[in-house]
This record gives sequence, C-alpha cells and structure tokens, in this order.
Amino acid sequence: MSILEIIRFAFRGLSINRLRTFLTTLGIMIGVMSVIVLIAVGNGSSKAVQQSLDRLGTNSIQVRSGGGGFGTRARSVANNTKPLTVADTVALIDPVQAPDIKQAAPVMNANATCVNGTSTSTPSTFSGSWPSYFEASNTSIAKGVYFSNDDVTQARRVAVIGNTTATELFGTDNPIGQTIRCGGIPFTIIGTTTIKGSTGFQDGDSLFLAPITAVQNSLTGYQPLSSIIVEAKSAKTTDAAQAEIQTILDARHKVKTSSSRDYRLFNQATLLATSSSSSKVFTVLLGVVAGISLLVGGIGITNIMLVTVVERTREIGIRKAIGAPKRAILSQFLIEATILSLVGGALGVIGGFVGSHFQIVGVKPVIVPSSVFLAFGVSVLIGLFFGGYPASRAASLRPIEALRYE
Amino acid sequence: MQPVIDVQGAVKRYGQGDSSIYALAGVDLTIQPGEYVAIMGPSGSGKSTLMNIMGALDNMTAGKYFLDGIEISSMNENELSIVRGRKIGFIFQSFNLIPRTTALANVELPLAYQGIKSAERRIRATKALEVVGLADRMQHEPTELSGGQQQRVAVARALATRPSLLLADEPTGALDSKSTADLLDLFDQINAAGRTVVVITHEADVSERAKRVIRMRDGKIVGDTMNSGRVA
Ligand SMILES: Nc1ncnc2c1ncn2[C@@H]1O[C@H](COP(=O)(O)OP(=O)(O)OP(=O)(O)O)[C@@H](O)[C@H]1O
Ligand SMILES: [Mg+2]
Repeated sequence: MSILEIIRFAFRGLSINRLRTFLTTLGIMIGVMSVIVLIAVGNGSSKAVQQSLDRLGTNSIQVRSGGGGFGTRARSVANNTKPLTVADTVALIDPVQAPDIKQAAPVMNANATCVNGTSTSTPSTFSGSWPSYFEASNTSIAKGVYFSNDDVTQARRVAVIGNTTATELFGTDNPIGQTIRCGGIPFTIIGTTTIKGSTGFQDGDSLFLAPITAVQNSLTGYQPLSSIIVEAKSAKTTDAAQAEIQTILDARHKVKTSSSRDYRLFNQATLLATSSSSSKVFTVLLGVVAGISLLVGGIGITNIMLVTVVERTREIGIRKAIGAPKRAILSQFLIEATILSLVGGALGVIGGFVGSHFQIVGVKPVIVPSSVFLAFGVSVLIGLFFGGYPASRAASLRPIEALRYE
Repeated sequence: MQPVIDVQGAVKRYGQGDSSIYALAGVDLTIQPGEYVAIMGPSGSGKSTLMNIMGALDNMTAGKYFLDGIEISSMNENELSIVRGRKIGFIFQSFNLIPRTTALANVELPLAYQGIKSAERRIRATKALEVVGLADRMQHEPTELSGGQQQRVAVARALATRPSLLLADEPTGALDSKSTADLLDLFDQINAAGRTVVVITHEADVSERAKRVIRMRDGKIVGDTMNSGRVA
C-alpha cells in the first residue's frame, strides 16, 4: 500500500470525524494563540515601561523638598524643613566637592492655562528653569531654540513648548515667534521640543518651559523651589553623584542623621530597575497563565482524542481483521494526528500574530519569538502523542481484542 | 493431502482461577481443501471462539493451529496481515463494518490494503456488491442500511478478495429466506470452484447445504458427520 494512499486514508479519516477534527484543531489553535499573545502582552508592557523611562534619562536625579517617609514622621520633619533654593543649586555645581555632577538646575513649577485666541491648553508640566534643565531632563528641541542664560538673567518672557501644547494652541500652524498668554502673562514661543510620548502617568509632550526668573516674576513669586534637577556625568556615576548631593545638602541644611533629611532624592536608574523587575514579574505571571491555558487546551485535545479511542480501537480491529498491516494503520493515524496538530498549531501562530497587532489593555504586544516556537512545539507534541499513542496501542492488539475494546 | 485447517488440542480460557471459563476445552479439527463445513451447537458452546482462532484473529490458551501447514503462532504481524487479507475471507456475526463509510468504500478496503489500484478496486468491489444484490446501495453508510443489508455488505467485503478460505459466522442470521437462499447458492458456487467454506449456523436449511456438519457443546466437538443426503 503506497504512502499516498495512506495519506488519502488519513484525510478521509479526518473528514469523517468532522467534529473531532474541528474541536481538536480549535483546542490546539487557542492554546498556541493564547500563549503567543499573552507573552507578547507581557513583553510589550515591559518594553513600554523601559522606553518611557529611557526617555526620562537614566542619569538625572531629582531633589525634592520634604522628609524621607510618609505620614506622621514626614509631617513632624516638615516643621523644620529648610526650603530648596537657587543657592542650594549653585552649591551642587562644584567640581571639587561634587566631581560626578555634570550640572544642576532649579525647577519652579506653576499651574497656568495658556491661551492663544480661542484655543486654550493647560500643560501638565509648566516649569521655569535654567537652560541646563533641557539636557538634565533629556529634553531636546525640534524646532527653534532653547532659552539662554541671558534670557534667565533678563527674565525674558520666552518659552519652549511640547508637541501636545503646540497642537492644542496652534493646530498645525507654526508656533515659533507667536505670543500666547499664560495665567494672563504674555510669553513668546521660541522653540518646540521633540516628541517624548507618554510616560504612562502623564503626557510628556504637554509641556511649557520658560526661564525660571520669568516664571517667578510673573506667576509664582519668589517662593521655595519645587525641585532641583541634577545630571550625573554618566548613568554609572549616579550613585556617586547622589552621595555628593547628600553631603552638600546635609551640610547646608544642617541635617544630623540620614533619617531627618528635609529633602528627598529620586533617581531614574532606581525607578527603572524596580519597574523593569516588576514588569518582568508581570511577564512571568502572564507566561504562567499562558502555560496553564496551553495545558487546559492540551487536556481538551486529550479528552477529545480519548473519547474517540474506543471507536477508533474498534475500527483498527476491523482494519486488522481484513488484512491491514500494522505499518499502514500506524502511518494513517500518525498522519491524521500530524495534520491536526500542524494545522491547529499554524492557525494558532497566525492567530497569535494577528492578535498581537491589537492594543490589549493599553499595551502594544511585542511577540517573543521563542514563545512562538515553544507554543507550537508543545501543542504539536501533545497532538502527536495523544493521537499516535492510542493508535499504536490499538494496532498492537489482536483484532478480536481490539474489536471487543470498550 | 495437506489440510487447510489443522487445529490440535485447542484450549481457550477466559479469566483466571475459580472464575475462569473454558470457551474451548480441547478441540481437534482438520479440514481439507475444498470442504464445505457447517458448525452447529447451542449458544455459548464456543463456535465463534473457534472461528476467530481459525481466522487468525485471536490466540489460544493452549494448543496448535496449522493453516496450510504453517503454524500461526510462528508468524509475525506482517505475515498475519497477509494471511488475513488474502487467504481468508471472514464474515463476522456482528458485521463489523467501518462506521460512517460507504458500503463501496468498506468493500474496497481489504483490496486497498493489498495494494490494488483504485480503478480495479472499484470494479471488483462494485461486482462483489452486485453479487449480493446491493448494486443500488453502494453509496450508503452502515447506519443507512438494514441489518440484512449490512450483513450482505460484510459478505461482499469477504468475497471481494477472492479468498481460498471463507469463514462465515452466522452469515444468514439477519437475512430473510429469499436472501438466505441466494447466499447459500453463492456459497455453493464458491465451494464448487474448489474453495473451502466454513459456516457457523443455527439453521437446519443452512447446515443441510454443507457436506460436513460439526456439532459443538461446552467448548468441545461432540459430533462430526458427513451429509450423506446431499449430492456432491
Ligand atoms: N471476551 C470474553 N470474555 C469472557 N468470556 C467470553 C469472552 N468471549 C466469549 N466468552 C465466553 O466463551 C463462551 C463461548 O463463546 P462464543 O462466542 O464462542 O459462543 P458461540 O458458540 O459463538 O455462541 P453464539 O451462538 O451465541 O454466538 C461463552 O460462554 C462466552 O460467554
Ligand atoms: Mg457466536
């Protein structure tokens, strides 16, 4: 009996047991697809977190006013909190005491709504600072120029805005050279920043930056700074830079113990580490869920296969009784199982790729190639085993035994 | 002459210890080529068990079985499949057709396993179905056929390979008297061509057509007579 004939028999077998064929294929398909998509979602979310943190810059450190903890201790400390000042900032730029600090800039935040004709926009970040802020915060200019040190000393009312703010105020028009009113104060736009994207918490392009003096003069007055942004020389020296900040500020603020500090440091590198490790946990969790769904799919396949074992064993008995060689029976059933698992697996891979094109719970899935091979391999093995094993067992029985099987 | 079937001291025991049953309790039987044998006996006397062993479908607990002088237990799987497919035509008491498969495909199946090309297969299977009077039911599946029609498909399947040994386990059990007569005529023809026929039956009009009648009881042969009344 030729192999072609056997393959034809296998296809006939599949077309005869339509429901079984359909359910088995579906089971394998869903198993493969869910593994691929779930792992892609986990991977995509960790990629997204990484990217948004990368954009913030890993060598910048933020100094904020306030105690190190939350709740009562923070409040008790707050009583003798010394405000952060421009003088503090200047003290940090000291090549002798702070060799690992590249630069530092004071930051003064405000809340203001900007108006251009009938368009309005309320930037989620509305800050006054120094030109060095741009580099320290990883913000670059797309069009126009940065404000200069001269602008700061002269307290010129010029501003650099982000893409979201520009679109809200000017639509597609060029904002450079235009004047807008923010909190009633006119500011001239001299530049726009390159698109940062969302950090997951807020829109990085809803941004308004002006010389700190201009903001203080017209909007906030000379109250304490919101924060100081410090840039370390490189990502590797952030820890050293952080220690230098503490030494300098502890001395200036007369802090005696580390627990009584009246300021806090935020380091992008540590944020990155914690969030990428937590997103790794997330990926692993999704992988476990995916694995379970593959297992459940596998049990489903097994079930369907086992339900038909009685019928198939009897059939194998008949075939043997009328002279079917064991080899022909085995090949037929193995080919059936192979077709089922390959088709199901391939459909699952296609489904996985299609499914990964959609945003899932706000995450753009990114396919992990190894998950595709894993899911496909496992499901095909399950299909082959549970399709092939009962058949090979039945083919070894005497015809009468197989016929009486139940 | 070399006997077709030579069964020596066949024992078939089911179960273990006290609860064991002897379906065959020592059977000796020799059948020469060209014989037409009917096996009779009450239900449960071991007729089907003996037939299954003769058809190389089941094994024995003890004893020897030579088919055309070759001991069956010495054959490997491949040789057995050739014996089952080419030498023996077996008609089961319970038809044993492949479900959800047309009558024609069922009859073609043993031919396919012998490697016969699909065109010739179709011709031979169609002919076999015509012989049993099912030319108009070839595309029907077993569930769409009556018991008698299924019985006749099973007969056609056994005949399509033109076996030299035909073993039939109550082939007329589900047939009316007209179909029974037709089938018995067919067996006569087959036997007249020199092929060996062994039939299990409860019916006297079936056993009357055979040349030799074997009677069984409790797993033993209790009678072996030649049908003298019959003209050979
Ligand atoms: N698989 C089995 N397990 C246990 N006992 C069995 C099995 N098959 C047959 N038997 C027993 O063996 C004995 C002989 O059975 P067999 O089928 O050969 O009878 P039979 O003569 O063909 O009867 P019938 O005329 O009803 O077909 C019976 O007592 C039966 O119960
Ligand atoms: Mg019987």
